Amino acid sequence: MKTMKVSVVSPDGPVYESDVEMVSTKALTGELGILPGHVPMVAPLEIGSVRLKKDGKTEFIAVSGGFLEVRPEQVTVLAQAAEMASAIDVERASRAKERAEQRMKDAKLEHIDFKRAELALRRAINRLTIAESK
Amino acid sequence: MASLRDIKNRINSTKKTSQITKAMEMTSAAKWNRGVLNAKSFVPYMEKIQEVTASIAIGAGGVVHPMLQHRPVKKTGYIVMTSDRGLAGAFNSNVIRKVHQTIQSRHKSNDEFAIIAIGRVARDFFVKRGYNVALEIVGVSDQPSFQDIKDLTSATVGMFEDSTFDELYIYYSHYISAISQEVTEKKLLPLTDLTTSHKLTSYEFEPNAEEILKVLLPQYAESLIYGALLDSKASEHAARMTAMRNATDNASELIRSYTLSYNRARQAAITQEITEIVGGAAALE
Repeated sequence: MKTMKVSVVSPDGPVYESDVEMVSTKALTGELGILPGHVPMVAPLEIGSVRLKKDGKTEFIAVSGGFLEVRPEQVTVLAQAAEMASAIDVERASRAKERAEQRMKDAKLEHIDFKRAELALRRAINRLTIAESK
Repeated sequence: MASLRDIKNRINSTKKTSQITKAMEMTSAAKWNRGVLNAKSFVPYMEKIQEVTASIAIGAGGVVHPMLQHRPVKKTGYIVMTSDRGLAGAFNSNVIRKVHQTIQSRHKSNDEFAIIAIGRVARDFFVKRGYNVALEIVGVSDQPSFQDIKDLTSATVGMFEDSTFDELYIYYSHYISAISQEVTEKKLLPLTDLTTSHKLTSYEFEPNAEEILKVLLPQYAESLIYGALLDSKASEHAARMTAMRNATDNASELIRSYTLSYNRARQAAITQEITEIVGGAAALE
């Protein structure tokens, strides 16, 4: 099967680099699936997972705040934070989840802190879901 | 001449100091290694985001975004990166001197600019002089992760977006090699010198170029700040390592010369004693 090169890079270094058959992820505008030979494209990503299909297996990477850059033979994910499912610190993520929930209870709705806590909660939940699904 | 015991004390205290400086040199060397590695592992991200940003900003002609446009400058922001602690040779003073001189020559009143201080040394310096320090962050770890300074970078970029600043400069010490660092001034915002060495790719945008620039440009500006911070950290440890090595060398030099005078003084004392004994014996005869 045809493959394309995929690299996931975060400011703290490269996270993943390999040849895969298909990349699927959730962009701001909706679900995206990318196969080799896709037209060049750029799309911002949701806080969510990047799923990489390779030899019948699927690998999960948690990303938050990122971009997808597609070229016919290469796909690059630029994320502010990215972790392989196996590298997720579950304990830390659940602590972050509790903290964010607590903060959301305390902060007033529509306040800037509330929004930040909400984002933090979404990141934490995202990490936990992906860590479970591996 | 100082007494034997004075010299002995001085030798001991110098030895103690040199042990400390030696230890500091070793820890700095380790941190320096890590710092350089961190700066290196950031390069792929930086290159990639630069390439994408440039090809979108240049490629999608006609797209306007506040971060790409010059506007009349009413207020300038200066991001200054120093360390939290001293004993790093001229590392901090070089950066601060450069910023201070620039501000003196460019601005007449304190209302025309604000400082964003990273590191205790910069914060203390500018606060003490009564400058307007808009944001500060101290106690950045030696291996900062992107999340550590996310609050500062997004607040800074936000201040440009809401027109608190009309331009933003960044000052840091650029790491060249273990013995050479250079204070660098970089214009961060507005982004005007976007270039790419790669062939421009014409992308499809999902949903459209404006929406993407809205997310991409702040992220790019934040990465520039983070990149400068990593660079500055590598420089800091290199500077501290060199400074501490010099201090250790100086200490051994001092110990050598003290030991020499100690031996001389001891010999002088012995000679004097013998002369006294001989003199005493001669007087008895």
